[in-house]
Amino acid sequence: MADLPPPVQGPTAKEKKYDRQLRLWGATGQLALENSHILLINNGPGVVGIETLKNLVLPGIGQFTIQDSVVVTEADLGVNFFLEDQHLGGFRAEHTSNLLKELNPDVKGHFITEPIESWLVRPDALRPYTLIIATAPVRPELLAKLSDHASAALLPLFYVHSVGFYSHFSVHLPSAFPIVDTHPGSETTADLRLLKPWPELLQFAEEKTANLKSMSPDDHGHVPYLVLLLHYLEEWKKTHNGEVPQSYKEKTEFRTTVSQGARTNNPEGGEENFDEAVAAVLKSLNPPQASSSVKEIFTAPECLLIREDSPTFWVIANAIGLFYTKYGVLPVPGSVPDMKARSKDYIQLQNVYKSKARKDLAEVLESVRFLERNANRSTPIEEKDVEAFCKNAAHIKLVRGRPFHVVQAGQKVKWGDRARSLAQELTFPDSLIPLYIVFLAWDEFTATHDKDALGGTAQAPGETDADTDAEKLTGIAQTIMDGLIKEAGTHVEDPEYSTIKTQIGEFAQEFARAGAAELHNIAALTGGIVSQEIIKAITEQYVPVDNTCVFDGVKSKSAVFKV
Amino acid sequence: MSIEAQNPVSGTTASPRARWKYLDNILTRSGPFTDPDAFMPGETVIESLSRAKVLLSGAGGLGCEILKNLALSGFKDIHVIDMDTIDVSNLNRQFLFRQADVGSYKAEVAARFVEKRVKGVKITPYCGKIQDKDEAYYMQFAMIVCGLDSIEARRWINATLVGMVDENDPDSLKPLVDGGTEGFKGQARVILPTMTSCIECQLDMHAPRAAVPLCTLATIPRQPQHCIEWAHIIAWEEERKEITLDNDDPEHITWLFQKALKRAQEFNIEGVTYSMTQGVVKNIIPAIASTNAIVAASCCNEAFKIATNTNPFLGYPETANYMMYTGDDSVYTYTFEHQKKDDCPVCGAGNIARPLPVNPNITLQEFIDGLAERPEAQLKKPSIRTGEKSLYMQMAGLEEQTRPNLEKKLSDLVEDGEEILLTDKSFPTQFKYKLVYQK
Repeated sequence: MADLPPPVQGPTAKEKKYDRQLRLWGATGQLALENSHILLINNGPGVVGIETLKNLVLPGIGQFTIQDSVVVTEADLGVNFFLEDQHLGGFRAEHTSNLLKELNPDVKGHFITEPIESWLVRPDALRPYTLIIATAPVRPELLAKLSDHASAALLPLFYVHSVGFYSHFSVHLPSAFPIVDTHPGSETTADLRLLKPWPELLQFAEEKTANLKSMSPDDHGHVPYLVLLLHYLEEWKKTHNGEVPQSYKEKTEFRTTVSQGARTNNPEGGEENFDEAVAAVLKSLNPPQASSSVKEIFTAPECLLIREDSPTFWVIANAIGLFYTKYGVLPVPGSVPDMKARSKDYIQLQNVYKSKARKDLAEVLESVRFLERNANRSTPIEEKDVEAFCKNAAHIKLVRGRPFHVVQAGQKVKWGDRARSLAQELTFPDSLIPLYIVFLAWDEFTATHDKDALGGTAQAPGETDADTDAEKLTGIAQTIMDGLIKEAGTHVEDPEYSTIKTQIGEFAQEFARAGAAELHNIAALTGGIVSQEIIKAITEQYVPVDNTCVFDGVKSKSAVFKV
Repeated sequence: MSIEAQNPVSGTTASPRARWKYLDNILTRSGPFTDPDAFMPGETVIESLSRAKVLLSGAGGLGCEILKNLALSGFKDIHVIDMDTIDVSNLNRQFLFRQADVGSYKAEVAARFVEKRVKGVKITPYCGKIQDKDEAYYMQFAMIVCGLDSIEARRWINATLVGMVDENDPDSLKPLVDGGTEGFKGQARVILPTMTSCIECQLDMHAPRAAVPLCTLATIPRQPQHCIEWAHIIAWEEERKEITLDNDDPEHITWLFQKALKRAQEFNIEGVTYSMTQGVVKNIIPAIASTNAIVAASCCNEAFKIATNTNPFLGYPETANYMMYTGDDSVYTYTFEHQKKDDCPVCGAGNIARPLPVNPNITLQEFIDGLAERPEAQLKKPSIRTGEKSLYMQMAGLEEQTRPNLEKKLSDLVEDGEEILLTDKSFPTQFKYKLVYQK
């Protein structure tokens, strides 16, 4: 290294503006946002969709388009922040789009005022968009069309309700939605291989503990805790037929042994490095097995057969699967938590882990290249992608996206392979499945009720007569509930059955009370959650909701389940 | 309510409540969960909501959202306090501010913006500190909503509101709704001062990040952050003592960055960057619009329910008062009742001292340094006395007198199990602890 410090490149204007979010999803996440074009199909009072877009325009998506053929009325001004008095009588799509654009000059905003029925049948109407949000109510046949498009074009589709104190969204992700950069919590990341150390690590530990007993107090208090654990594990193995501590009882015994190694004849009455070692025993002494969800990825059909056009994810997954089959462990991630240690020892220890990680990476990379040649792939996968995969191999996630329910008038809601587990969850105290069922019923109600009897504008429960509509809605919801229980092939006995019926009835009354109303707070809260999920879907970072979430603003509770 | 014709084009002949059509569905109809004794649907609740005076403390990431939400919840008389001015790094989430507003007062700009956008709402800004205001000021509000980024400010307002409660005057009890976020996570909570668990009762749920020991910084750095802290705490003092460090001055950050980088190279440590330097020195917490939206809206949903009784609210005694939100791994909320603590130094009975386990061999100075970090105390500049004597006082004059105690061992000053009283000028209250010596 040269003695002169490198010239300082201060942050760019963009880095300054986006500083607080770049610390979460980094430059690659930001680039993904900037390349997105989000379509909002806005319906109903139209607040939740706009609030969602607000939280996406601010962090700098590339473009958005609002489809909305409604004209601004007085009622909009009391609930939608992105409209003003002067917009009365104008198109809601146009004015909300303009006011949203003011939030961030880097974002392009567009609007479409043509009614969805005619607009959506145009060829390629949906082609420009990388993600679609539709807010309820949407005619079932149109929602089904959007769902088909999401399946075919492999793009995320969000369907969102915000009604009174309640909200819901479902997301239809591509059938294989893998995430490498899941950002696991710092406490879960350390895979230190203490029970399966490689020779270099063992050797390092041996060297550093060669004269542990006779070390000076200062040296003794600075032996890194990882090294201490490795040392005591070797000692333990000598008296336990070469086995490491396995049961909880053995681990606590082992922990006692470690703590007895600490010197206490000092003013502090103990040693920090030993404290760290003792604290790490129960969470670090676990066999470095891949989780079942990671192993499922290795046996997925897409992973087993690598083709010329297989997505990068599957090629790397296959290569890591080979590594796992061969060694019974995943590649070493290579990071070491901070611990009491001298700088030099710590850096050395870090290098032992890093060089093992590099060695493992090289082996995986070799397999990747082999697979590429075999499948005649033209562009080689970048090494940094393989490296990122190796580093986070224990935490990669695969979400199997699937279509959500589209309630068709007069047709039964089908629950398929989810029937059993949802029917079971339905009976749990405080379950929010009944709330989801009432949302489905709400869709059926709006699909079968028109404001003008011309099939033009859907009418929501409670817009005119709350009590009558609450009863109707309850009836529809109960039919859906009974359908679920029947499809699951189960029975729900009293008192559970009556309890669920009561819950459904109460939810239905509260829905009817709201009429078609959105409450700004619930719309804003839901727009916050949906935008967070959209950021995850676009950046392919963090772990998305799979695939449905409801929020109960009366009790301030949410639930996530798969439908 | 009478039904009047709407004219969507001119908007002039519409009834005065036409724009609150959606809100009025909720305000004029009872629901299955409304308490018939508390909820007065129709004119009564509409009138009381429009008269309720609310204070918003904080006009930053949460504050901007809260202000918008309160205005669109039907509140008409909102006051907002914030001492900060707008920085360019606020613009990715503080949506009431534009590039041209950089440098102006947040409270001022935010109030003007929402007043203009939502007709009929009056917003009174105050550009200053919450501590500038006295009890008489806080007494005028129906409730206080906080979107603050500092624990200290929250504790101050909490202690003030608890102190204001007069048993004989129900109006003296001001509900406190508080929100906080960090990255994809956050929480919303409601406090009925003296009745339910307060901010101080919940203090240990928001433990400060442990500081790196000075000796690590000075002699055995291992992480890039250690090198930055060294430059920040040690090198600056040694080499630029005469200059006051300004975290917002790029020249200062650059100097620290280069110092840290050089030190990192000496120790073969990788990873010091300009952005990391800024993050460590300014203690930057990642913040995004969506999390702020969630937490702020949850706070306002509760504030609206408290003001209207349209539905049960968080914080009603013996029910849930706290919602925790996590959004980085799917979506998870945990809504629960945080229990009031009898030994709470702010809202407890006052005669129970909170036990504080300590090593009797440390000096008073070390004990004081540790108080800043201990989750159950978090006091930065405390004065300490026992029932009989002053151990250390921060006030000029007394400071010199008590300074020699700093070097003494704790066990030479205080008995095991003895009570101590702490005061800190950041808080309008005193904290009573009982020292419990560890073996």
